[in-house]
Amino acid sequence: MTSVWHDDGPGSPMERIALVDLLDRLLAGGVVIAGDLVISIAGVDLVQVSLRALITTVRDELLPELEGQEERP
Amino acid sequence: MTGTSQAGDRPDGTAVYLYGVTRGLDPAALRDAHGVAGAPVRGVVADGLTALVSTVRLADYGEAALRANLEDLAWLEATARAHHDVVDRAARAAPTAPVRIATIYRDDTRVVEVLTAQGARFGEVLDRVEGRAEWGVKAYTVPGSPRAAATPDRPAEPATVSAAGPVSTSGPGSGGGEPGAGAAYLRRRQRERRRREDAGREAAARARDLHAELADHAVAYRHHPPQDPRLSGRPGVQILNAAYLLDEEQAEGFLAVARAAGERLPGIEVEVTGPWPPYSFIDTDDATPAREPGDR
Repeated sequence: MTSVWHDDGPGSPMERIALVDLLDRLLAGGVVIAGDLVISIAGVDLVQVSLRALITTVRDELLPELEGQEERP
Repeated sequence: MTGTSQAGDRPDGTAVYLYGVTRGLDPAALRDAHGVAGAPVRGVVADGLTALVSTVRLADYGEAALRANLEDLAWLEATARAHHDVVDRAARAAPTAPVRIATIYRDDTRVVEVLTAQGARFGEVLDRVEGRAEWGVKAYTVPGSPRAAATPDRPAEPATVSAAGPVSTSGPGSGGGEPGAGAAYLRRRQRERRRREDAGREAAARARDLHAELADHAVAYRHHPPQDPRLSGRPGVQILNAAYLLDEEQAEGFLAVARAAGERLPGIEVEVTGPWPPYSFIDTDDATPAREPGDR
């Protein structure tokens, strides 16, 4: 089974892009240049900060719904 | 925001957010473009390059604010989507080198300095991505599929278990119990584990084959770490999460390969996303050429 979405231009809905796919690229891709104000959180640091935020938030938001499922200790 | 005149007139309290750098962009491509926090996007031009920027408030994008805001998923998502929107729009119109999210400068003058100082580097990146786009391919095992790697929360072969009636082996009537019952259970557990391991190996091998086939139709590729299922919301095991850089004319063949693989491989689901701006192919060190660079 294959699903393909092909984003057809700036007018197409951005909701179709999964945040997780976007963050794969935005947090680990792009030209890394020193900015004036955020040098200390550029690069690797930024990735760590953001991913920690993501994991924490998602866990808090989703785990209540997952309670019915069996989870291995 | 205390007054509407603040943003444009005085640099105090504001900074400049840089999305990416393009070459030969028609300014019309930025008409009505909005960036982070809804601010209009403009081009800062120097040395034949155009930096895509918008004005942001230090109250939101200063160092301390940024640290706090990056911990806020809704804020991060809004910024990421706005960043992507600007880069994507430019990348469809001209070769574009995205920069890392949340790269901030004091003012336009500093952006001009950066374009001048880093012009050669941006030039190299733009040469590499011109006429090309990034495509993403993810592959998952399908939970419940007999040939997919079984997920731990789904007991395998429930029919066998109920037919054998393992519950009765703990009953009191057997007087010491059948000696084989516990051992049979362990053997069954072991078989299940081995089956899962085999299925996992098989899935990994299929992912490798799929990747090799896709890489044949690409200029370069880069593996991303497997996505956390809590973020992707996907059941099943993600066995491939890769980005491929394609020449425009390669896209059709590449997509055909991906589609055919998804239909051919039992228990494997293939998901393709794109075209993306070439986010994953900016640092040469990170990306692997799929074959020798030929005609470029």
